[in-house]
Amino acid sequence: MENYLVAMAVFAGLYGLMALGLNVIWGMTGMINLGLVGFMAVGAYTSALLTVRHATWPIWAGVLAATLVSGLAGAFVARITARLKGDYLAIVTLGFSEVVRIIASNEIRFTNGTDGISAIPGPFRGHVAPATFNLLYLGLVALALLVVFLLCQRLRHSPYGRVLRAIRDDDQVTAVAGKPVMRFKTEAFAIGAAITGFAGALYGHYNAYIAPEGFVPLITIYIVLALTAGGTGSNVGAVVGAALVVAFMEGTRFVVAEIPGLAAVQVAAVREFMIAALLILVLRYRPKGLFPEHHPRHPIPDTTP
Amino acid sequence: MAPALPLRHATVPPLMPLLEVHDLSRAYYGVRAIDGLDLDVASGTITGLIGPNGAGKTTAFNVISGLVPPDRGTVRFDGTDITGWRPDAITRAGLVRTFQIARGFPRLSVLENLMLYGAHQPGESLPVALFGAWGKREEELRERAIATARRLNLLRVANNPASDLSGGQKKLLEIGRALMTDPRMIMLDEPIAGVNPTLSAQIGEHLLSLRDEGITFLIIEHHMDAIARLCDPVIVMAEGRKLTEGAFTAIAADHSVQEAYMGRRAGHLAQPSA
Repeated sequence: MENYLVAMAVFAGLYGLMALGLNVIWGMTGMINLGLVGFMAVGAYTSALLTVRHATWPIWAGVLAATLVSGLAGAFVARITARLKGDYLAIVTLGFSEVVRIIASNEIRFTNGTDGISAIPGPFRGHVAPATFNLLYLGLVALALLVVFLLCQRLRHSPYGRVLRAIRDDDQVTAVAGKPVMRFKTEAFAIGAAITGFAGALYGHYNAYIAPEGFVPLITIYIVLALTAGGTGSNVGAVVGAALVVAFMEGTRFVVAEIPGLAAVQVAAVREFMIAALLILVLRYRPKGLFPEHHPRHPIPDTTP
Repeated sequence: MAPALPLRHATVPPLMPLLEVHDLSRAYYGVRAIDGLDLDVASGTITGLIGPNGAGKTTAFNVISGLVPPDRGTVRFDGTDITGWRPDAITRAGLVRTFQIARGFPRLSVLENLMLYGAHQPGESLPVALFGAWGKREEELRERAIATARRLNLLRVANNPASDLSGGQKKLLEIGRALMTDPRMIMLDEPIAGVNPTLSAQIGEHLLSLRDEGITFLIIEHHMDAIARLCDPVIVMAEGRKLTEGAFTAIAADHSVQEAYMGRRAGHLAQPSA
């Protein structure tokens, strides 16, 4: 049970990282990205291919390469979708993630296809007891989450973040304000994709095994759900929302088990029903999420006469 | 082509205009929104741009400010050909525009709206934003924004989101944002439309004092009292090109202008009695 809790905490951290990535792209800049899991896959595969399948790079180098490659993939997708907005951007990014998954399934010589890649190394795995490894990894993920969170906070409160939030409201007026909008959009997309790819690489090294079916669009939906429930645009909301979604997805497992007379298929359906109900409740009573974003207040001179 | 150039230059008035638009054209799906538009704005003027709905005034603004590329023609600002430049580059060159239906950043505070328009903030580069120092410039921009807000009577609402402002305050914020770019010329799209008379008089006063400080204006407005009070000269557009130009009184008396506003049929009907 302890191991299970630790594993769930690791997943909550990874979801939190991805929600922070989505928050840069969607929450701050307003670009819809339904292809998040594609960048997670790019990160996971890059690191796995470099540390076990095609080379034996050290883990840190694999994770670093994964972050860079997914960032580049993000910049690429941002450039080819430069003129798209809203629904159209949603469809193209969704298509991107499916293309990544299908390439991973079919380029068998390169990725080992649907059999996936196993024996991905983890730091100190095999040198310490599995429980210790889990705890160690939880510490690593927590540290990574903290660093990324602080960087995202710094970004959000900087003049850079102000331009991103301006683009979210109206990109044409932002251009008239003198800002090179395309550069900002590309960079924001790349940052978000890099964070997501980083989380994907950490996932691979934790799980020791990745396969294309682990990168289905449902994961993107969970991240969107986490960010929406937490508070779109808010970094605190992203992290808390991710933790809540993981806790709730896992918690419903135990709740549903207590309901008598359900078949296995029904159990799964009731869990999904409960997760959906949670989101509806949150958005009904907290439409801006649990931790709605606030615009920074600046000190102004006293105006009372 | 070469021999034609000296001829055209010979007709240019001795004082070079700040904004020169020549033969500017832009069609949307075959409809010629502007079609061979020529107009000059002299430095230090508040030039009015009027004309019936659909005359192409807003399209002219969109093309001049770089939001929409032209099909043909040139735009020169302060002697530099800025045709086809990106909007952000045109703004940085000193020519900024505002929008008709107070568009902008509803989820940014009034102060953030103003500070956003400030140039040369190093914290708008990613590495500097994350690891560098941008606080000093931010402080300068904040002081500037506070001064601008105070001038436009927006200081009391400076930390409110822009979406909370009244219609008139939004118009003032549009002007304030434009001012934050340190412009040489501002193009205002209906700065007074829909504002109560008191505030509209105030906006007029602001524009006159800014003109006296050296900023040139090109203003689209339907409110003729305001045009008469503020603008000289006034340019009349109809059917995508310049119809005429002159002082407001001359324009108001011009038969072709009345015809353009009332429609051709009315013009023909009016003719026999004239």
